[in-house]
Amino acid sequence: MNAEQLYEQLKKFQESKGYFFNKDKKMVLALLESLLVNKKRYGHMACPCRLASGDYEQDRDIVCPCVYREADVKEYGTCFCGLYVSEDWNQETIPHEVVPERRNPAKVLAGLGM
Amino acid sequence: MNKNVKLYALSTCIHCKNTKEFLDESNAEYDCCYVDKLEGDERTRVIEEIKKLNPSLSFPTLCIGNTVIVGYKKDEIKKALES
Repeated sequence: MNAEQLYEQLKKFQESKGYFFNKDKKMVLALLESLLVNKKRYGHMACPCRLASGDYEQDRDIVCPCVYREADVKEYGTCFCGLYVSEDWNQETIPHEVVPERRNPAKVLAGLGM
Repeated sequence: MNKNVKLYALSTCIHCKNTKEFLDESNAEYDCCYVDKLEGDERTRVIEEIKKLNPSLSFPTLCIGNTVIVGYKKDEIKKALES
């Protein structure tokens, strides 16, 4: 599967749940490509913008769509990596800000055995 | 004064990619470390380094001299490069 196929496969379903792909299609395809890279190297689609441990149990909260998406899209109109956004984000009726990391850093360290 | 510029990034992260491109466009000299490509002790050492700079351990983490910028924040990066 390539990024374009993944885009088509996910789009309708995610939109039915109220999550839209970022209108920046180039960015979305790059992120989907990165998800496929992570699927290959870890066995699961860990968030492209977070350091995964490679262990599914430890990475469960950051397997895309991550558990932080709902709160981030509600507060900022976009998820952490920018793949999923609200309609307001795409219509630019809200400011585009950098989303701070919601995940507890202790999880990152635990995943790395530190 | 030529500042020490170091970018801690992930090879799969779009914000890191955008940060790197902006640094290139600004003709900044910098080191880029892809933490997801590191392993074992080296990765542990770098994570310890990042923890001191950015306790949330998120990416990109960009150090320009003594300034630490977390996330792709173009204006802040521009200002720090020019100051």
